[in-house]
Amino acid sequence: MLSKRIIPCFDVRDGKTTKGIKFKDNVDIGDPVEMARFYYEAGADEIVFYDITASSDKRDIMIDVVRRVAETIFIPFSVGGGIRTIEDMRKVLLAGAEKVSVNSAAVKNPEIISKGAEAFGNQCIVLGMDVKYVGKSEKIPSGYEIVINGGRTFMGIDALKWAIDAEKLGAGEICLNSIDADGTCEGYALNLTSLISENVGIPVIASGGAGKPEHLYDVLTKGKADAALIASMVHYGTYSISGIKSYLDKNGVKVRKSW
Amino acid sequence: MIAIIDYDAGNLTSVARAVTHIGFKCIITNDTKEIGKAERIIFPGVGAAGSAMESIKRLGLDEAIKEAFSSGKPILGICIGTQVIMDYSEENDTKCLGIIAGKVLSFKFDAIRENGAGLKIPHMGWNRIILRKRHFILSDLKEEDEFYFVHGYYPAPDDPAHLIGTTDYGISFPSVIGYKNIIATQFHPEKSGRQGLAILKNFCAWKPC
Repeated sequence: MLSKRIIPCFDVRDGKTTKGIKFKDNVDIGDPVEMARFYYEAGADEIVFYDITASSDKRDIMIDVVRRVAETIFIPFSVGGGIRTIEDMRKVLLAGAEKVSVNSAAVKNPEIISKGAEAFGNQCIVLGMDVKYVGKSEKIPSGYEIVINGGRTFMGIDALKWAIDAEKLGAGEICLNSIDADGTCEGYALNLTSLISENVGIPVIASGGAGKPEHLYDVLTKGKADAALIASMVHYGTYSISGIKSYLDKNGVKVRKSW
Repeated sequence: MIAIIDYDAGNLTSVARAVTHIGFKCIITNDTKEIGKAERIIFPGVGAAGSAMESIKRLGLDEAIKEAFSSGKPILGICIGTQVIMDYSEENDTKCLGIIAGKVLSFKFDAIRENGAGLKIPHMGWNRIILRKRHFILSDLKEEDEFYFVHGYYPAPDDPAHLIGTTDYGISFPSVIGYKNIIATQFHPEKSGRQGLAILKNFCAWKPC
């Protein structure tokens, strides 16, 4: 049976990793290639990089990072952030990433999902969704709204509808980030995650709110997630991936135990 | 020299990087002469069967691969490379190379839902191999080892003798198939960590009898 995936995630700015808390006050904590190697050897099932480099003339730094990561680790990894065109996707995939993730670019221009899927295959295209609870309304029937710009801009799009539409357009996976839970370390948004996961036929990665192994257990069982993104709980050494995996294994969640 | 066959099917550099990492020389090529000269062949790929077969035929690689097979040199198929060695694929209703008799079938979403509520397509992530028949490239395989899969279709050889390993995902499906000098995996050894690299290393040393 398929294992639930545990996926460490790094923000990368100007070629260095950071960890953002509520998308503010990022501080440099290391070299992405060395961190990728560390987590590869520590039993990560996949790695996610978000390029949060602000200026577009520094984008090629990230392509070089992707190339060096691909020479160092032999598990899948994806790159998101700043991907706006098919050409951006091509650069990242050719440099060695397994998948690319599109978020606000897809909200503004959903065609990038179908064009990307056509060019590179659905399995390469991850839809990143930033979602905030706003309460149910006529316009937002699920109560969850799509936001961009780190949660500052409300798009008037229902998150559930967007997930279903994106699957139809050809997204191969959804990385679902709860802005409400992100950075709190108080647990994933379980209702949101199960709502989306039960209504699409593609895998859903839960993101935002992980603080302890119990949170991963909850989102991988009650939350119906296929994978869980983790950041500060491992970056600061509070927990190890093997520790999280043995907790999950002991509680009956199937994980990859040998690496 | 190992030839990694280039037919515009996804990221071949990851296979090349993995082969280089374990200490073997390889080239990515669609030149039939280079393929003819190579000692071993890796036939990788991601994408869809229809467009894969189109490129293979357009580049004249169908004959090159069949010739390599009849010459007896070791061939490793990966993912789509594994699927297109069969007779036929349900994906895009595609006639394939016919090196191993059988079809490529899609995971039937509804059946999978019934068997294991909520299973997703594609089958994406890490899963185990249940060994059905011993094979040199799987000589290091341990029960708990897992490999990275990403696919919505799987090969179903007609002859059970060609079945080397199976994997459970709602159903039990063939994940490693082999016949004479060809061995083919539905998973991606180049993305499967230490255990995947071990399979590539074994392939590089494999002498089919």
